[in-house]
Amino acid sequence: MKNFTYHSAKDSKEATKLSSSNSAFLAGGMTTIPSMKLGLASYKDIIDIKGIKKLSGIKVSGKSVIIGATTKHAEVANSKEIKKAIPSLSDLAEGIGDPAVRNRGTIGGSIANNDPAADYPSACIALNATIHTNSRKIEASKFFSGMFETTLKKGELIEAVEFQIPNKSSYQKHPNPASRYAVVGVYVAKNKNDVNVAITGAKSCVYKDENLSKALSKNFSVSAVDAVKVSSSGMNTDIHASAEYRASLVATYAKKAIEAC
Amino acid sequence: MASLVGSRVERKEDKKFLTGKGRYTADITLAHQTHAVFVRSPHARALIKKVDTSKAEKASGVVAIFTGKDLADDKIGGLIAGWKIVSEDGTDMKVPAHPALATESVNYVGDHVAVVIAETLADAKSAADMVKVDYKVLKAVVDTESAMDSEAIYKDIPKNLCYDWLLGDRAKTKEAFDSADKIIKIDLRNNRLIPNAMEPRASLGDYNSSTEEITLYTANQNPHLTRLVISAFNAVAPEHKFRVVAPDVGGGFGSKIYPYAEDVVIAWAAKKVERPVKWVAERTESFLSDCHGRDHVTHAELAVKSDGTVVGLKVDTIANLGGYASLFATVTPTYLYGPLVLGLYNIPAAYCNVKAVYTNTAPVDAYRGAGRPEATYMIERLMSKAAMELGMDQAEFRRKNFIKQFPHQQALVHNIDSGNYDAHLDKALEIADYKGFANRKSESESKGKLRGIGFSTYIEACGIAPSAAVMSLGAGVGLWESAEVRFNPTGNVTVFTGAHSHGQGHDTVFAQIVGDKLGVPLENVEVVHGDTDKGPFGMGTYGSRSLAVGGTAIDKACDKIIAKGKRVAAKMLEASESDVDFKDGEFVVAKSNKKKTIGEIAFACYLPGQYGEVKSPLPEGDEPGLKETAFYDPINFSFPAGTHICEVEIDPETGHTKLDKYTAVDDFGTIMNPMIVEGQVHGGVAQGVGQALYENAHYDETGQLITASYMDYTMPRADNFPELKIDYTCTPATSNPLGAKGCGEAGAIAAPPAVMNAVVDAIGTDISMPATSEKVWKACKDSKKPNSKAA
Repeated sequence: MKNFTYHSAKDSKEATKLSSSNSAFLAGGMTTIPSMKLGLASYKDIIDIKGIKKLSGIKVSGKSVIIGATTKHAEVANSKEIKKAIPSLSDLAEGIGDPAVRNRGTIGGSIANNDPAADYPSACIALNATIHTNSRKIEASKFFSGMFETTLKKGELIEAVEFQIPNKSSYQKHPNPASRYAVVGVYVAKNKNDVNVAITGAKSCVYKDENLSKALSKNFSVSAVDAVKVSSSGMNTDIHASAEYRASLVATYAKKAIEAC
Repeated sequence: MASLVGSRVERKEDKKFLTGKGRYTADITLAHQTHAVFVRSPHARALIKKVDTSKAEKASGVVAIFTGKDLADDKIGGLIAGWKIVSEDGTDMKVPAHPALATESVNYVGDHVAVVIAETLADAKSAADMVKVDYKVLKAVVDTESAMDSEAIYKDIPKNLCYDWLLGDRAKTKEAFDSADKIIKIDLRNNRLIPNAMEPRASLGDYNSSTEEITLYTANQNPHLTRLVISAFNAVAPEHKFRVVAPDVGGGFGSKIYPYAEDVVIAWAAKKVERPVKWVAERTESFLSDCHGRDHVTHAELAVKSDGTVVGLKVDTIANLGGYASLFATVTPTYLYGPLVLGLYNIPAAYCNVKAVYTNTAPVDAYRGAGRPEATYMIERLMSKAAMELGMDQAEFRRKNFIKQFPHQQALVHNIDSGNYDAHLDKALEIADYKGFANRKSESESKGKLRGIGFSTYIEACGIAPSAAVMSLGAGVGLWESAEVRFNPTGNVTVFTGAHSHGQGHDTVFAQIVGDKLGVPLENVEVVHGDTDKGPFGMGTYGSRSLAVGGTAIDKACDKIIAKGKRVAAKMLEASESDVDFKDGEFVVAKSNKKKTIGEIAFACYLPGQYGEVKSPLPEGDEPGLKETAFYDPINFSFPAGTHICEVEIDPETGHTKLDKYTAVDDFGTIMNPMIVEGQVHGGVAQGVGQALYENAHYDETGQLITASYMDYTMPRADNFPELKIDYTCTPATSNPLGAKGCGEAGAIAAPPAVMNAVVDAIGTDISMPATSEKVWKACKDSKKPNSKAA
């Protein structure tokens, strides 16, 4: 690991002010620190945002759940309010990594990193989330732009994620046996007028499966999934799963999610 | 006195390990210590044109940088292959030079090229990045099966062939096959595994310029042999000026039996820079450069009569040695494998042909079971396939072919002294509720799941010794074991063993033996191991040998203590030696009931003054002190055996295999501590299940290791397992007085075929290890129907 200067920001404004083209915000550090240790990343300045009180916490209203950016996975997993409002979101958080990861990793860090196999991005897409930053509000559908890429600007800081409460929802994943990241994760959310099916793990970036979403909007049932052919085109192939297998898992786990809704 | 042997005595060593007080090589910090980082090859195969260290030498904190040339200038020898194998045509095996730092070529990703020694680890790492190695990259040979048809890696080793070895009788086997009613054929791949000891390898070298002595602290299973090899072959220091200490070691599984290049370089470098030099492997270094295990491709055929009698076996195996021949690499796929292909069956005619090949991958050497898991996987998969093709019950087909009379001379090497295979099969069938399997299968089917049951009735040759046998087969060393039992004057006992504990629990089990034998409380017995300056030369721990061989040496040393104690007691009690009995720590004269405790005798031996009327307690000719040494070299191997039965439930939609039930009934001979044995079975089965369902060292076609971290290399985890049902039968070994057969490797040997036979039974088609979800899903999709064949 290369040397860097450590800063602890007291508020978002200071964090932004300290940031540069050679800096990184540090929340849970679940990806940033291993990347630095492996020599894959190095920064002049590390700006720790864990001390910014405003960035942490859970607020549930009648329509939405707002989760502060530095709220840890374990807090989401254990939140009684979230379990009541969107139980699938607590389930998702409970299934991330291991206890050590869940007690340090944060929702803001997860979506800013946008790992193609991360769990939270699928929740953002399925639950029509809005990403609140220090300068604007971004709809989830316009936030995740590619593999490890988002539309965040340099120095822009996620403050909170606002999820719309669906009628019912479920997140089901096929974990990578080694890393336990999602080989395929399927988030199904049934809203008043439509259904969103978001997929993670299958391609280079999380996406909404339009065909499944449309089919399930018309007929929310397992048989509706059977009628949709999930194409393997554009899906990842690696030593753990071929594109063809991933396509099959998308359909299988969509059905599991519907059954669990 | 209640017997310690046979009881669930809690492990003496657990307190320190569970409270973080273990002292591993990485925990040792010496004054003026420097840090080493190895520059490793990023290429699987390349010629080294130039190593330029000039920029790195000027970097901050650098103490020294050494390359292969520096070692050569100091006449430091390369790593050796310690077991000579002769090919079927009578020619010796072919072994390439294996310098401790590469000079001309690199032959796997992670091959050691240079070492950077600096004031801090950060300095060493950053300077290592500045060492420029100019490589001419060559096309790598990666695949086991096609290695012989690929370009030769070494110009004097045609076809990349180390040896083409034969065990058995081809003509007799052909006759048996000619007489058979049915031939069952199978093609198998035994997947390459990475040992993954919890503690990565580490070495710390220290040179004392006043005594000219080198001390090497190293995470190793075998410190005496490591000293011998580094002294005799690498010529780093003569044995009497070289101390090797293997302190607490966090798991070995075979991968720490042998000295590695890093041990040689670190010991030598400490002397060069006259400061302590420490190296601790990072996890990725462990993945890349620890010796790997297994990696066989096998075609086997079984000749059977229509009544189910097996009459012959042919085995043709290609074994991958990796880029070089590691210390025990050549014996693992031959004498540790070939004799075991017969399993525990009475097969009158057989041969086993093994072609060992070099490839541009990490060296492969002994890994938990070493040859025996490969043999067991082959014969147990083949036996299951035969039963299925003959339409016979899996259990009864096996039973029909079991060896029934003991001792039994097998058609290949081994003479099996004892066993009762029906006993563990019957017990396992009952515990596994074999009769209820059909119902459980229907239940699974009603949920859309597939259920399969798999058998593995295995045997292994353990208690790795006897010297005369192994040396006649090409071993470079004898495989006896040593012990010294030393009474201290105040009556407590220090036991020195040549075996080495790195998780096995020797501190407890050896103390149990001594406690019972000498009548000394467990807490008054201390077991010392892992230091060539303490205790006699020993042969280390591997091959499930420590109890059968090392434990017996301790037992024998105790016998000598008792014999001397009787002589001394007789004199002190003014009785004849033949009238003195020893029991529960007391020497008693039967006629007079006069007695002395063993503590009193020990005290008297060290303070041989006047005791009452007795002027000296020592009989004429006896020396003061009470300390005895024994070396034990058994007459035969020991042969643990058992039955493991596995049940899996498979979701054909996802391909996920759930390990639903697992039963292990093992015959380990006499069991000293059932709790420790259970732990060994649990660990072994977990590793075996890991091989069957999860683990695989995957190299791409250029020789890059894709599974070089836990992100991609799948280790078995606690949530992959049901509660294992474990039980035992017992036929004591006759080759050692303890009756012990060894238990450390059994699980890793027995489990892979049990699990894979269950998977194959469920999906109705052959599949290779590891049975990953995708492979199983694809097999289910291709067959499109649940298997309905009976188990």
